[in-house]
Amino acid sequence: MTSIIGPASFKFFGIFPAAILSFILPIIGIGLFAYIMVRRIAPLVKSNPDNRLDQLGKRFKNLVLIWLAQIRQPRYMLAGVLHIAIFAGFLILSIRSISLVIIGFSDGFVLPGFGGFFGDIYNFIKDYAATIVLVACIIAAVRRGIFKPKRYSVPEKYGKDHTAEAVFVLGIIATLMISESVFEASELAYEFQHTGQEHFLAPLSLVWMFKAILLSAPQTVLQGLHIFTYFVHDLTFFFFLCFLPLGKHFHVITSVFNVFFMRVSKGNIKPVMHGVSDDKLDDLESFGVKILEDFTWKHMLDFYSCADCGRCSDHCPANAAGRPLSPRFITIKARDLMFKNYPLSGEIYKSAILVEDIYTEDEIWSCTTCGACEEECPLGIEYIDKMVDLRRGMVDEGMVPQSLQKPLKALEKRGNPYGKMEKKRADWAKDKEFKVNYQVKNLAKDKADTLYFVDSITSYDDDMQDIARNTSIILKKADVDFGIMGKKERDSGNEVLRFGEEMLYQDLKDRNADAILQTGAKQIVTADPHAYNALKNDYDNLLPVKHISQIVAQKIASGVLDLKSCQNPEKVYVYHDPCYLGRHNGIYEDPRKAMDAIDGLTRVELEKSRDRSFCCGGGGLMLFYEPEEETRMGVLRVNMAAEAGATTIVTACPFCLVNIQDAIKVAGKEGEMEALDFTKLIEQHLY
Amino acid sequence: MEILVCVKRVPDTAENEFELNSAGNDLDRDDLVYSVNEWDNYAVEEAIQIVDKVGGSVTVITVGDDESEEVLRREMAMGANNGILLSDDAFEGSDGKAIAAILKAETQKGSYDLILSGAQADEGAGQIGGMLAAMLDYPYASLVNKIEVGDGKIIVGREIEGGNQEMNELQLPCVLSIQTGINEPRYVGIRGIRKVASVDIPVKGAGDLDIDTASVGEAGAKTKRVDYYVPDMGDGAEMLEGSTDEIIEKLIEKLKAKGGL
Repeated sequence: MTSIIGPASFKFFGIFPAAILSFILPIIGIGLFAYIMVRRIAPLVKSNPDNRLDQLGKRFKNLVLIWLAQIRQPRYMLAGVLHIAIFAGFLILSIRSISLVIIGFSDGFVLPGFGGFFGDIYNFIKDYAATIVLVACIIAAVRRGIFKPKRYSVPEKYGKDHTAEAVFVLGIIATLMISESVFEASELAYEFQHTGQEHFLAPLSLVWMFKAILLSAPQTVLQGLHIFTYFVHDLTFFFFLCFLPLGKHFHVITSVFNVFFMRVSKGNIKPVMHGVSDDKLDDLESFGVKILEDFTWKHMLDFYSCADCGRCSDHCPANAAGRPLSPRFITIKARDLMFKNYPLSGEIYKSAILVEDIYTEDEIWSCTTCGACEEECPLGIEYIDKMVDLRRGMVDEGMVPQSLQKPLKALEKRGNPYGKMEKKRADWAKDKEFKVNYQVKNLAKDKADTLYFVDSITSYDDDMQDIARNTSIILKKADVDFGIMGKKERDSGNEVLRFGEEMLYQDLKDRNADAILQTGAKQIVTADPHAYNALKNDYDNLLPVKHISQIVAQKIASGVLDLKSCQNPEKVYVYHDPCYLGRHNGIYEDPRKAMDAIDGLTRVELEKSRDRSFCCGGGGLMLFYEPEEETRMGVLRVNMAAEAGATTIVTACPFCLVNIQDAIKVAGKEGEMEALDFTKLIEQHLY
Repeated sequence: MEILVCVKRVPDTAENEFELNSAGNDLDRDDLVYSVNEWDNYAVEEAIQIVDKVGGSVTVITVGDDESEEVLRREMAMGANNGILLSDDAFEGSDGKAIAAILKAETQKGSYDLILSGAQADEGAGQIGGMLAAMLDYPYASLVNKIEVGDGKIIVGREIEGGNQEMNELQLPCVLSIQTGINEPRYVGIRGIRKVASVDIPVKGAGDLDIDTASVGEAGAKTKRVDYYVPDMGDGAEMLEGSTDEIIEKLIEKLKAKGGL
């Protein structure tokens, strides 16, 4: 005999053809996998609709960057690089795995196009791929099993630890890599013993090493190993395939779809029901998500796709502050419920109200919708829309904490959460000192190109009214012809929408939209990022909207605004990115550029900045909510600023200012640190 | 259990700034927003929770003008099954006793096991519940903060001064006035109100209730408001004025001057 007998021709005990086994195994494996997938798809069929075939250009871009190139992975360097190694290895080796299955009943099978030179190159690459994957698995297993990074731990209230599953899967992958290599190495060693022919192998690859070890092994051992490792690989491969949909490794299958269908627009909120226009909302029987099946199919796919990596919760400010919310477990609990209610065999269970079954009301109200979790997720899993949908369901059932009922009622009656009179909305402009030098037009009577949308907190909160006055001064000095709507303005509703009070939001939006169009203005300016977000992303194509920091940066660049050199050069400034300016709307550079235009101003950066900014505690209705928490988010943020060496925290949002000012007091840093609004800093440096 | 809850439409304390009218005999009501009396809201929530447990229905009732219908709708959006509006020009200017008499007339037309009212309303008199019970010759408990429903009777808790709790057993039917904090009233949004927008709410006048118009309204009132004013500031009281910062500064100065700081 001159060559080794492959699994297609081998006979167990000299009589039973191995080909039968290698033919039946894939049939059973694929059949079982198909059955499991059908059961897994069952809840998606019953889910709510979701329109995810829009903006295809962006979707393909996400597919290439986030799925194929894994650009979000290196945000956690070690874990990210290990994942990229395993992921890339999987992609390369999937071709080898397919041909291996067929080799089981067709000796020497080569996939079309993989013969000749191209095949040689592929084999060279895949040998290294298998080696790198094995090394990555070993490092990952040591990391998961011995060093146990904190972010993977499962607090008792959320269920069992998942380390065993992770290490088990790493073991399966390692088995695949080793068996594939030994299968090949045994054949090559056998061949060398017979013909003396040396195949070129990738040096130091697994196959290369195994071949070196096996070169002098007896032929019977080589033959045995060849068949044994083939079936070990075949069996492990199909076991793994069927094991994937049973846990967190489902993402191996779903990730490509999940990333393709992920959120492509930022700052917006999903409609109550896809396909139902705003004026038809009254016809809906129920609002929001109350039971599992109220989620959209994409949100269910999110649950299946979670790899349990914990990056979302690692960046969640609510989790950091000890609120009863960890986004990771929002997903894991829902996934486990899907597994439980839609079992692999037997009857499907009836779903219960989610906030009584797996979630708590406080858990759902704890989210500030800052978006840090979504920014981080390598799989494109969404949270904000789910939170809003769950809140819509709670609002519809009347499950709203008393602390939020008061401001909601005030918004309904007076158009602001404080219950202050409409006619007092522009009282900030009546400040004696301000009034002497600046007259603010009321666009109910006068005309102007630009509408300054003040929004509630800046209009009514004594300490925030300075923002309105400073914004007005900046606009005047920048030669912007502007005016306000006074009592015609109502709350922008950014948080009303995000707290699930859809109909109240619709009412606020409609009234504002009418009033805004009546002014005849051509653009809107605001100093409140929450208003900016609502007007830009939630209202339907109203007018172009700009944040004051954009105007300032623009006017500095064009030479209209000129800033003095720093009035307090001894201070160390740091810019805190408001979530609704930064993460939700991508405005990171304009405020920084404006600050850097002040000569002699010392500015440092927070470690968590730009798209990793840490929420100050939330705006709008979140100021009224009384969460259970161990510490305030603002205090954590102030401590971060102190660590960065800053003495003055500059922000560009009234809610950030309130939260950070309070937090400085709570942290006992009064006198050492101060908080300053962007508009005040600029106003201080105007000529 | 058939439960009747008496409610009232009042100016909302949280969303208004109260000023006297030019005549000096009432609030300036031009720019006010109204809502259901807070105590009544707790009473309705309690009634709904009782019915959820033991079955039956909740009827909300008010004496008022056409605009009072909005508070009935809000309470029906919460989950009350029926609403009744008692409205008649002759009712205008009624004192507490007349209001209780009007409610009594309608109460006797139905068969209610339990009648709830808020402990008090905007004017703070807290008289309707007690008067209604007396007129109906029903047992009565005031300032109730706990209810357990039994068979043919009811156990109610009352908070006593000093933080003590008292439990009483009452025979049904009875009248209870409800204290805030007995429960957490559910939220009612615009959507909820729209859902009940077209539900019919019967309006009943003096004729429907067989009430002698001379016994109610301004004509029949045995209590008359003779004056309404902001009391003069007494000695030793001083209002600090200005912005929050200015007030704080003045306060600190004063505390320092008197040796308090």
